[in-house]
Amino acid sequence: MSAELGHFTLVLALFVAVVQATLPLVGAERRFAPWVALARPTAFCQFVLVAISFGCLTHLHIISDFTVLNVVQNSHTAKPMLYKISGVWGNHEGSLLLWVFILALFGAAVALFGANLPPAFRARVLSVQAMIAVGFYLFILLTSNPFERVFQPPINGKDLNPLLQDPGLAFHPPMLYLGYVGFSIAFSFAIAALIEGRVDAAWARWVRPWTLAAWMFLTGGIALGSWWAYYELGWGGWWFWDPVENASFMPWLAGTALLHSAVVVEKRDTLKGWTVLLAIIAFSMSLLGTFLVRSGVLTSVHAFATDPERGVFILALLIIVIGGSLTLFAWRGPQLKSGGLFQPISREGALLFNNLGMTVACAAVLLGTLYPLFLDAIGGSKVSVGAPFFNAVFIPLMIPMIIAMAIGPYLHWKRGDVIPALSRLKTVFLLSLVAGAATWAAESDGPFMGVVGIALAFWLGGSTLSEVGGRIHLLRASPAENFRRLRRIPRASWGMTLGHLGLAFAIAGMTGAGAWKVESIQTLKPGEAVNVGGYDYTFDGAKTGRGPNYNMVIGNFTVRKDGKFIVKLEAEKRTYPVRSMPTTEAAIHTMLSGDLYAVIGDPEGEDGAFVTRLYFNPLVVWMWIGAIVMVLGGALSVTDVRHRVGIPHRRRRTAANANPANA
Amino acid sequence: MKRKHKRLTFVVIALGLLGVAAALILNAFEENIVFFYSPTEIKAKQLKPDQRLRLGGLVEEGSMEKATDGVVFFRVTDTANVIKVRYKGILPDLFREGQGVIAEGHLKGNEFVADEVLAKHDENYMPPEVADAIKKSGQWKDPKEAAQ
Repeated sequence: MSAELGHFTLVLALFVAVVQATLPLVGAERRFAPWVALARPTAFCQFVLVAISFGCLTHLHIISDFTVLNVVQNSHTAKPMLYKISGVWGNHEGSLLLWVFILALFGAAVALFGANLPPAFRARVLSVQAMIAVGFYLFILLTSNPFERVFQPPINGKDLNPLLQDPGLAFHPPMLYLGYVGFSIAFSFAIAALIEGRVDAAWARWVRPWTLAAWMFLTGGIALGSWWAYYELGWGGWWFWDPVENASFMPWLAGTALLHSAVVVEKRDTLKGWTVLLAIIAFSMSLLGTFLVRSGVLTSVHAFATDPERGVFILALLIIVIGGSLTLFAWRGPQLKSGGLFQPISREGALLFNNLGMTVACAAVLLGTLYPLFLDAIGGSKVSVGAPFFNAVFIPLMIPMIIAMAIGPYLHWKRGDVIPALSRLKTVFLLSLVAGAATWAAESDGPFMGVVGIALAFWLGGSTLSEVGGRIHLLRASPAENFRRLRRIPRASWGMTLGHLGLAFAIAGMTGAGAWKVESIQTLKPGEAVNVGGYDYTFDGAKTGRGPNYNMVIGNFTVRKDGKFIVKLEAEKRTYPVRSMPTTEAAIHTMLSGDLYAVIGDPEGEDGAFVTRLYFNPLVVWMWIGAIVMVLGGALSVTDVRHRVGIPHRRRRTAANANPANA
Repeated sequence: MKRKHKRLTFVVIALGLLGVAAALILNAFEENIVFFYSPTEIKAKQLKPDQRLRLGGLVEEGSMEKATDGVVFFRVTDTANVIKVRYKGILPDLFREGQGVIAEGHLKGNEFVADEVLAKHDENYMPPEVADAIKKSGQWKDPKEAAQ
């Protein structure tokens, strides 16, 4: 029954979304209050329906109902409960249902928390939101129905891809989708503003928390995915510039730009058209990401069960959404009058520089990702654009960004002066030079980029901390006064501080792992030892074991440094009998200075020898710390009271007197 | 500065950034693009020995041999031609004989020395390039039909 109920509620949700996408929009245009008032109840109703539908699929997975195709293909009775639940979105159909579920969740959240929005504006936002939903409901119902039944149900299922049976990846898709789909809110706000032909500080205040929330989830989602790749794929790497990774990174870049330009709109009432455009781009990138991941048009190491025919549908959806919104922007955008003027050297100027850098970087990543597709389409050679390309383009673009990023917070609004700002950064500058020099001295034969990376991390981190120090009058006032000022810093400012500080940590981590990774592949007999990055790994032999739904070989290593015992590592190689598929579980010992990382491969010969892959990955943990700090910053900023209380109300406008078309 | 001048300043900065990006991209494209070839194409083309490339096809059944110290040999086929690959390291979990594979590296004589071997995370997934290469050689079977 669950399957039919889930399917039925999904169809109902489609009809509710059609109503929500049309009547409130027409009502807002014609100033017909009853239709305008429809927006909220339909948004709630849509959410409840999709929630029931999603609940049904989850229920089917939990009880292992093998009369449903989706469950047969992705579940197995022996699978642990966590993965029975995460299996709901560990496949194409289910992940799309999760997508619309989150879309409806955000729609309902706008309806719930948007009590201070003018009704006509809210109606337009929710209508646009419902239009996106209609597209995705049609997509699910026509091409990817998760509730399809099997006649002649099998005894047991085919199990979930073992690589996905992992706590990191259980939560990665929902986090990522909260980010992707979260940008739909900024998008809907932007489209509604274009329809009304006005963007003001109040608009930016409404958009910012939603964008922040989306950015925060996306940051967390990307970090989780990266972390998973790091410990599960057993290559010692964490980012491969793979199309699927780029697909999540492009919305992040655009979203980061949007986050910064929305500040300018809010504080200075300028850069309006640009901000609206960024909101459109950020969500377009999210849709493009879905297309790239789901269509299988690009060769990706992370591709899971893709289907080109469905890709055509998403491509059409993509063209309608992006084409339509850009057309609307071209038509209505020029009406957005800019307010405050500012000098190129100013806080606005710095934020604009950030925007330019982020969008140019986003465009470069987009070009590199789509180029093979483009070349193939025009009948050229088959090529792959990999990490060397992206490193060669992306890193040089980011260096000036990061240098400027440290200076930006010291500049005044409207008209800044770069000399006093720089003079306040003298100490930090010296500190980063020293850090760079020390790095060079310690790793003189490593790549020069490593030195640059560490110096940049110190430069950014130092300037961020020093900015807080300046705010609280550190060393200039008594500790009690420092503390009093510290407590009065608004949460939104902490958001910036932690966001920048987190990035500084992450830069250190990326630099360390990128520049000084030590890798060693060899066959080890029990008792043999090898030195990797200054650590002696002794192979103590392997034994076999059993997990809940897999068998495993466990390789034991003892790690010593200068004869002193550090840790015992247990690297696993699991085999999942249902799909007869092996997975690698790297053994990782995390230290602030770096990770000890061991992987066991296949046995070799008869004397218990195994192929082993050992790594020393310096500073990796700082990447995860950085991501956590960034997410924390986002969370603090989202909960800033200034986003909720004291929001400047627009001049009194009701549905009846709003006539934006002539405004 | 007047509004017009300011806007001009930003436009110039933006164009400058775009220019730098374009230069970086063109330069990187020239040096860092890796072409994808099937064994047949490699045999047909005269390739420079140190040119980086991707080789794609199916791992030939029964072709995998292990040498000492983690070195593995296997043969990649597009069912028309075959190339022997040498790889040092741990093969990806989903590396199997008879399945699609992409190896990145360079040619050394008649041998392809790979420093990276990509197999997919999903057993039903065939890289589009590999599927095309096999289609070109006229040996394509729909994997869904073949599996039944």
